[in-house]
Amino acid sequence: MTTMRPSGENINQVWPFAHVGTKVTDWVNEFGAVAIFLFKSFFKVFRAKQMSSIVQQVYYVGARSAPVVMLVGLFTGMVLGIQLYHTLVKFGSAGVLGSAIALSLIRELGPVLTAIMITARAGSSMTTEIGIQRISEQIDALYTMRIDSLQYLVTPRIAASIISFPLLTAFFDIIGIIGGYLTGVVLLGLDAGTYFYRVRTSVEMADITGGFVKSVVFAIIVSTICCFQGYFTHMRKDGHGAKSVGLSTTSAVVLSCVLILISDFVVTCFLL
Amino acid sequence: MEELLIEFKNVTKRFGERTVLDNVDLRIRDGQVTTIIGKSGTGKSVLLKHIIGLLSPTEGTILFRGRPIHEMNQNEFDAVRDQFSYCFQNNALFDSLTIFHNIALPLQQTTKMGKKEIEKRVLEKLEQLELDEVSEKYPSELSGGMQKRVALARALVTDPKIVLFDEPTTGQDPIRKNAILRMIAQNQKRFGFTTIMISHDIPDVFFISNRILILYDGKVIFQGNYHELDKLEHPMVDEYIRSLKDFEDEFFGSDLERDRPGFSEKDLKPSEKAGNVTVAIFTLDNLDELLEKLGQRRTDEIVKSLGECVNRHFGDVGISNRVARNQFATVLNYTDTAKAENMLEGFTRELREHGLGGASVDTGGGIDSEKSFCIMVRAGLVERNPGEGFQVTTDKARSRQKEIARFLFCAIP
Repeated sequence: MTTMRPSGENINQVWPFAHVGTKVTDWVNEFGAVAIFLFKSFFKVFRAKQMSSIVQQVYYVGARSAPVVMLVGLFTGMVLGIQLYHTLVKFGSAGVLGSAIALSLIRELGPVLTAIMITARAGSSMTTEIGIQRISEQIDALYTMRIDSLQYLVTPRIAASIISFPLLTAFFDIIGIIGGYLTGVVLLGLDAGTYFYRVRTSVEMADITGGFVKSVVFAIIVSTICCFQGYFTHMRKDGHGAKSVGLSTTSAVVLSCVLILISDFVVTCFLL
Repeated sequence: MEELLIEFKNVTKRFGERTVLDNVDLRIRDGQVTTIIGKSGTGKSVLLKHIIGLLSPTEGTILFRGRPIHEMNQNEFDAVRDQFSYCFQNNALFDSLTIFHNIALPLQQTTKMGKKEIEKRVLEKLEQLELDEVSEKYPSELSGGMQKRVALARALVTDPKIVLFDEPTTGQDPIRKNAILRMIAQNQKRFGFTTIMISHDIPDVFFISNRILILYDGKVIFQGNYHELDKLEHPMVDEYIRSLKDFEDEFFGSDLERDRPGFSEKDLKPSEKAGNVTVAIFTLDNLDELLEKLGQRRTDEIVKSLGECVNRHFGDVGISNRVARNQFATVLNYTDTAKAENMLEGFTRELREHGLGGASVDTGGGIDSEKSFCIMVRAGLVERNPGEGFQVTTDKARSRQKEIARFLFCAIP
C-alpha cells in the first residue's frame, strides 16, 4: 500500500475541514479538561481546614458584590415597571404589573443578571488573582509545600459561589420588585395593594426553586470557568506573563457570559 | 560513604525544539551539601525542578533512593515530596499574605500543629533571619534581599530533610550572604539534612559544599569535591570559576566546616617566572568565643575587617584569599622571607593602628574577665620550595605562626 501525500491543491480543498476538525477537537479537549478540573476541585469542599477559606471567599464573592447587585436589581425593576406599565396599559391589563415584574425577575432576569454582575466583579478577579499566582510561581510553591493548589485556591471559590449566587439572586429579586413598585405605584399611580396582591398570588414555589436552580448552575459555570482560565494561564499560546493574565481574564468573562445565556436556555427548557 | 539519594540517568529535557538538559547523569548523596554551578541559562533551575517533580524529563530516569520516580504510585511519591523543601529563585511569596502568614502557611496547611506552636516556630525563624520587625508587612513592602530571606524561612520552617535552594544568596549584602550560607552549613551539620543548592557565590559556596556539580550547555561536565574541581581543565573553569575566585572583594567567607584552600595550585606560579614565592597565613584565634560573646553579625564584621586589612596591605604585591573560617592566606610572588618579614612588620603596625572591627589593641592594662575578653591575631611566613604543593607550604606557614596583635573586646550582655 502506498501513501499519497496531498498536493498543494488538495491541502487547499481539505483546509476548511481540517481547521474545523482541529477547532472541534480543541473545544472537546477543553470541555473535558474543565469537567475534570471541576470534578477534582468540587469534591475537596468536604476536606478539613476549608471552612475559614470558604467563609473568606463568601465575603469576597458574595458580601462585596451585594451593593452592585442590589443597585442593578433596583434599576432593572424600575425600568421593568415603566416599560411593562406602558405596554400593559394598552391592553387594559396594568393591574397585572406586579405579576409580570415578579415572574420576569424571579424566573429569568434575577439569576441571569446577578450571574453576569458577579462574573464582572468577582469572576474576573478570580481569574486575575489565580493567574498572577500561576505566573509568579506561587502555585508551584504550593506544590513544593505539599499544599493542594486546587483545594487551597479553587475549591473555596467554587463553594463560595454556590453559596453566594442564590443569596444574591434573592436580594436582586426583592430589590427588583421594590424597584417595580417605585415606578409602577409611586411614579405611575398603580394601586399598591393590587401590585403586591399580584406579586403574592402569581409567584409559586416552583418559580422560586427554578430561579435558584439556575443561579446554582451559573455559580458552578462562572467559578469553574474563571478559576480554570486563571489556573492554566501559563498554557496560553497567544500570550505570556502579564499579557496572558489579561487575555485569560477577558476569555473568562466572555465565556462565562455566553455560557450563562446558553445554560439559561437549557435549564429553562428542562424546568418548563 | 553516604547513601545515594537522587540519581539522574540519561535525563533529557526539551521545551519544544530547545534542549535544556542533554543526557544528564548525576548522583546526589544523602546528608551532603551539593552545589550546582554554571552560567545563567544552562538549565540549573530546570534541573532542580526535576528533582522535586515540578518538571518531568522528556527522556531518561530519575531515581530516589534507587527507585525510579515514575514507577512510584501517588502515595509513595507524596511521601518522597514530604521530605523536600524548595526555595525559589524569584521567591514565589504569596503577595496577599503578610510575612508571618507566608512562613506559617506550610505549617497551617500541612500539619496538625496548634496555633501557639506554629507561632513559636515562625517567630524563631523570623528571628534567625532578622525578619522579626517586618512580620506584619507584605512581601511587596520589602526589599529583594529581605524577600529572599522570607522565602528561606518558609523553606526551612517545616524542618525538611532535603532542601533545594535556587540561588539563596542572590541580592544579599555580604554579611547576610555569609549568614545564609552559615545557616545552611549549620543546619546541615546539626540536623544532617541534604542540601542541593544553585549558587554563583564562588568561592564561598566551596567552603560549605561537599560536592560540586557543574552544568555547561545542558550537560553535567563535572561532579566531585573542590580538590577534584581544581584539577579540572575545561573552558568553563577558566572563564567562570577562576575569574570569580580571584575577585578580591570576596573576602567574606562562610562558616567553614572544612578547611579548604581558596587557591589553586596554579596561583603558585613556577619559581623561574615568579622568583621566590612566600606564603603568609593570618589567623584570628578564639573565633568560637567571639561568636558566643558578640554574635554572628559582629563576628562577621571582625573577620571582614581582618580580611580587608590583609587585602589593603598586600593587595599590590600578592594574592590574598580566605582559606578557613578564621584564616587568610597571601601568596607573595618575587618575595623572599626577609622581604616578607619586613612587609609583615608593616602589616602588624597597620593592624595595631587601625584596630580590628572597631576594637582597640590590648595594651595589657588588665581586663575585667566578666565584661571583656581578648582575641589574638597570629601570622606565619614560609618561603616555598620549588615544586612544593600549596597545601604543604600553607601547613608549614601555619606551624610557624606567632602572635602579632591582641585586641580587647567587650562582651555583649
